[in-house]
Amino acid sequence: MEATEHSPVPLLELRNVSKSFQAVRALRGVSIALRAGEVHALAGENGAGKSTVVRIIGGEHQPDGGEVLLDGEPVRFSAPREAQQRGVAVIHQEPIQFPDLSVAENVFMGRQPLRPGRRIDRREMNRRAAEVFDRLGVPIEPTRQTRGLSIADQQIIEIAKALSADARIIVMDEPTAALSAVEAERLFRVARGLAERGAALLFISHRLDEMYALCDRVTVLRDGALVATERMTEIDHDTLVRRMVGRSVEQLFPERENEAGDEVLVVDGLNRAGVFGDISFTVRAGEIVGLAGLVGSGRSEVARAVFGVDERDSGTVSVNGRPLPAADPRTAIENGIALVPEDRREQGLVLELPIERNASLARLPQVSPGGITRRARERALARKWGERLSLKYGRLSDPATTLSGGNQQKVVLGKWLATEPSVLIVDEPTRGIDIGAKVEVHALLSDLAAQGIAILLISSELPEVLGMADRVLVMHEGRITAELSTEEATEETVMYAATGNGRGGQNGSAA
Amino acid sequence: MNRVRSLLSGREISIVLALVAVVAVTGAVNPSFVSAQGFHDLFLNASIIALLAIGQTLLVITRNIDLSVGSVMGLTAYLSGQMFIADHDTPVIVVVLAGMALGAACGAFNGALVAIAKVPALVVTLGTLYVFRGVDYGWASATGVHQINADQMSPSFLSFGSGSILGIPHLTLIAVAALAVAGYALHNWRSGRELYAIGSNPQAARLAGIPAGKRVFSAFVISGALVGLAGVLHASYFGTINASVGTGRELAVVAAVVVGGVAIFGGSGTVLGAVLGALLLTTITSALPILGVPAFWQRAVDGAALLLAISLDRAVMLRLAARLRAERSRARPAGDTGDTEGSVPRA
Repeated sequence: MEATEHSPVPLLELRNVSKSFQAVRALRGVSIALRAGEVHALAGENGAGKSTVVRIIGGEHQPDGGEVLLDGEPVRFSAPREAQQRGVAVIHQEPIQFPDLSVAENVFMGRQPLRPGRRIDRREMNRRAAEVFDRLGVPIEPTRQTRGLSIADQQIIEIAKALSADARIIVMDEPTAALSAVEAERLFRVARGLAERGAALLFISHRLDEMYALCDRVTVLRDGALVATERMTEIDHDTLVRRMVGRSVEQLFPERENEAGDEVLVVDGLNRAGVFGDISFTVRAGEIVGLAGLVGSGRSEVARAVFGVDERDSGTVSVNGRPLPAADPRTAIENGIALVPEDRREQGLVLELPIERNASLARLPQVSPGGITRRARERALARKWGERLSLKYGRLSDPATTLSGGNQQKVVLGKWLATEPSVLIVDEPTRGIDIGAKVEVHALLSDLAAQGIAILLISSELPEVLGMADRVLVMHEGRITAELSTEEATEETVMYAATGNGRGGQNGSAA
Repeated sequence: MNRVRSLLSGREISIVLALVAVVAVTGAVNPSFVSAQGFHDLFLNASIIALLAIGQTLLVITRNIDLSVGSVMGLTAYLSGQMFIADHDTPVIVVVLAGMALGAACGAFNGALVAIAKVPALVVTLGTLYVFRGVDYGWASATGVHQINADQMSPSFLSFGSGSILGIPHLTLIAVAALAVAGYALHNWRSGRELYAIGSNPQAARLAGIPAGKRVFSAFVISGALVGLAGVLHASYFGTINASVGTGRELAVVAAVVVGGVAIFGGSGTVLGAVLGALLLTTITSALPILGVPAFWQRAVDGAALLLAISLDRAVMLRLAARLRAERSRARPAGDTGDTEGSVPRA
């Protein structure tokens, strides 16, 4: 690929692209031009339509309106393979590999070098894989089985795929979410190198400082619509945030003034080999404790072990002074713990079931006198919580899929609140829901804390942790590396600890 | 990696060891079991089931399964008999090709429902297990031909089934040839590796642009053709056919594949392993009467072997997962001991 400094025609361009999923308009008239030699940032809140842009460029979705231009020519990618063959590579946030196959096979799947007779040239494949890893400066053994690699290494495999395919248009969808600072810096070097050699990059990140460090231009999306495209040097930090959010950050979070009560949840010395270790913390009544950290740092795993869905190797968990047995969620529920899981569609809801049935799932004995579930009681329970959470629904007998993301989350919350918990663990409660619903969820959490519920809030969105929590615990690679008070916690201090630069001496001292 | 790989090939070695043990024990009880004739019989018995196991492996690797193999085999066996009734001098090659074509057509039917209509293979082939068998019986009762005997078939067809070259039965040679081709293709062709990819992670396969539907459909068709061939060979070897040929074979085939180390959830396993699994199970079956175990225990042995192999796979998988977790936790503190382990005061 020849380096052309400023080619007049963008390598890839979306022109006035629209896309709807059933009733949801994911994109409305979005235009972006990706130029050779340029790193282009795509900014926006969760649910702004960034993923849809990525999927359209990658050929996973086809636009309903508008056009995609490759080298100035209209194209229509009907499948990911077509996009790949035209030089587009998408590096997904959560890399998905073939765990049973070797690393080199993962890199070259579908494009393996051949010897005469259409026979795969394994030696050449391994050599070329080793060469790419060498270029990336990461020693991964190409013949190794992929099962058991860390997320960071799997990410490197994704990048190696793009490199080995000589991709000209490279989309990186939050590639740094699971990387340490060192790994991210290495990735940036690689990304800049690709741009210098004439590739066009689209870079998505939640961290603004990364955008400023790496990107030349930025396109901001909000609620599926294009807000602006600017040179990175011509837009300051605050303006960028305002463009993304559409309102100032303060309005997103309720004012909170809480008197923390007695210690309700006490976790001491929790261990699970290879997942997390030495986890000790407490949550008091009426307190919101934020649990921050990079994707894959073990936050959800800790939550699952506290709740008892996962085993623990050692350590104790107690609620209101009563110790909980390991791996026994039923007892955990009886003792007042509720866990709102990270993935509401997979783990939180039975999407095909009516709203009212979902709402009562954690509370079946209450609506089933004599062991037989009464529809009327179920509906009454669902209506009560629907009103308290201002749920927007058609009919309570509609399946849960018909609800928007924010309202689905409310059903999951309502389901657990119906158990009248004293400890509420929420894992990424606002992922993928719109701003309005976010504000409501935040207000709700704040109310619950005011009522004396102890809340553990796991979130990858720093503003959310900083805006909501009374105390912030930061995890890095399975360990708590910092515990910060509201005054100490800033984006910088949290990120510093989350990338493995935790200051000792704070860990566990509160327990 | 080396450990993982040695674990996999270890499976094939352990089957061979089990095979040696079974043969040794049985041979000690009855020396004729280890004679040249004894081995000849063992290979002959295993050949048909090995052909079925090769086809089944292609499917299981992609996270699919075919339970209708017994019925398809019965159908093609019956077809070969009917062809001789229609014309006593039908050339052998025509019968073989017709059987394979009918098998491939049945496979295409299964494959279309699985790959295009997206119905789970377990359900589709459980249905066609009965549908194909029903067609078989329907054909027999419509024509009134309930049994076809050796004298109704051409001598060249019968000698094809029972013949051998240099003491190796034709059937075994055919099975070995199929094994070689399938093994080579699975290991060396892109489409072969893509079958593993589809079974290992369907979503990743889609993103890698692998035409999963096409590959799965082809696997069903190829497997069907092999099953069709097995049906014709059954007819030419046994010389007696009725509409119930192959009944219950699906259990033996799936057991052989799983015992042979093909992961039931797809993504790993070899045809060599599956064929060795077939050989081991048929050897045990032939050894049972000699060891004084009544013959009706045979299918229980197949079932027990299936359960044992799956439990073993599961146990190995859990141990591997635990070891990988432990390795990662050991690897971790090395990177940042100074930050986490070292400087944290014990309160």
